[in-house]
Amino acid sequence: MKYAYYPGCSGHGSSVEYEASTRAVCNALDMDLVEIADWNCCGSTPGHSISHELSGALAARNLLQASKTGADCVISPCPSCSSNLKIARWRMQNPEFKAEVDSLLDAPTPANAEGGADLMETYSVLQAIVENVGVDAINRRVTYPLEGIKVVTYYGCLLSRPAHVAKFDDPNNPVSLDNILKALGAEVLPFALKTECCGAAMGIPDVNIPGQLSGRILETAKAAGAEAVVTACPLCHMNLDLRQRQAARITKNKPFELPVFYYTQLIALAFGLPEESMRLDKLAVNPQPLLDKIAERRAARVQAAHDEARKAAGVAS
Amino acid sequence: MNITRLDKARDLNFKRQVEEESGQNLSACYQCGKCTAGCPSAGVYDRQVSQIMRAVQMGLKEEALKNRSLWLCLSCSTCSARCPNNIDVAAVMETLRMMARREGWVQDRPMETFWKAFLDTVKYTGRSYEMGVMAGFMARTLRGWGNVEIAPTALLKNKLPFIPSVIEGREEVARIFQRYAEKQKRS
Repeated sequence: MKYAYYPGCSGHGSSVEYEASTRAVCNALDMDLVEIADWNCCGSTPGHSISHELSGALAARNLLQASKTGADCVISPCPSCSSNLKIARWRMQNPEFKAEVDSLLDAPTPANAEGGADLMETYSVLQAIVENVGVDAINRRVTYPLEGIKVVTYYGCLLSRPAHVAKFDDPNNPVSLDNILKALGAEVLPFALKTECCGAAMGIPDVNIPGQLSGRILETAKAAGAEAVVTACPLCHMNLDLRQRQAARITKNKPFELPVFYYTQLIALAFGLPEESMRLDKLAVNPQPLLDKIAERRAARVQAAHDEARKAAGVAS
Repeated sequence: MNITRLDKARDLNFKRQVEEESGQNLSACYQCGKCTAGCPSAGVYDRQVSQIMRAVQMGLKEEALKNRSLWLCLSCSTCSARCPNNIDVAAVMETLRMMARREGWVQDRPMETFWKAFLDTVKYTGRSYEMGVMAGFMARTLRGWGNVEIAPTALLKNKLPFIPSVIEGREEVARIFQRYAEKQKRS
């Protein structure tokens, strides 16, 4: 299936590893991504906090560019981008709101029969993978299973909220990442803070807010016995990984040393894709001890199977 | 103790206006407090979200609009997900923030400045630029030094590029901002 792809600004900065692994995984799953030409920032939270019309106009320019790709829908790895593009289209079904947004654009958006804007729908890459490709197809593609490492999945706020617009997974207890990680061979632990906010971009004006909130998420994950946290959002990742030491200091904890992966990095690992499609070197918390553990368990498992086979052969002869 | 004379302070027009702009039925709120219980920012709010909802119901405009909470809201929508009466509480908070701004009642300058610094990078390049947002915010407020703590790791991992990504259609984006600013001036 052909998708109009919206990478989002952080893909060029703080989340290049998410961008690289998303493209590699989509490619491996035969998803045809066409990057939206000359896309602009969706305005993110500052945009909709200041003005819905401004935020809508920034999104509309992208959706108009997207229609030139000939794809059926837009997908974005970033939950904030996909949520913004989706909400803009949803709001613009109201002809009055559409007119407000149109007055900010060079040319008005096309109208549908009801007088709302005729624009492409947007989904998160996660939703497209889960609903259009399916967890079974992921499972079939695994060549390097994750050997039962214990993980917690962390969804953040926007993947399934607000529920009446997102229409994906459960707004309080989502399971899509859990199902993917199980299909990759990881053990997914129950985790109460799956959708508890990490503090978002509040770190710029005041580091204490994300420090407290992310510290609590990491502390709880650690106490649950997690060896890694898996996320799908660049901003969550920044707060949990890049700011992890800061979060430990603010919550008066010892360093957590808890690796935080993008789910796409772990899919790429389990698919046996090359290192440049994971960019694990970009992670602030060193994932190597955990990667070594997977390799050791795999070697032990292969050896045990080999011994078993030889024993069986010996008995037979 | 604060005594509010409802017969004097009450502004039912305000309640209607909030309902219209947010598209939510405020009368459906029965003050169960689930929004406050789930709010990640409750600890730093000067007025809890359920109290703000009650103030709107009662038509107490200043109570609802003059508080820092509207700026400390993380837009996570947990309140909306938990409301038993399906009120999109986060949408109400966002509406109130915009109304407060129109009244000139911005209660948290640093947050407002951060949002503007972010949108400025979009206005000039077409995309947001992390380094530019941080520099812009710090230059205007002389705050945000907490971010310096993560700079060594961010630089080591080359996570914050020094050169912004500039799009060809940046003037088209700049015109969106320009028309928006003109519209603001007129209203």
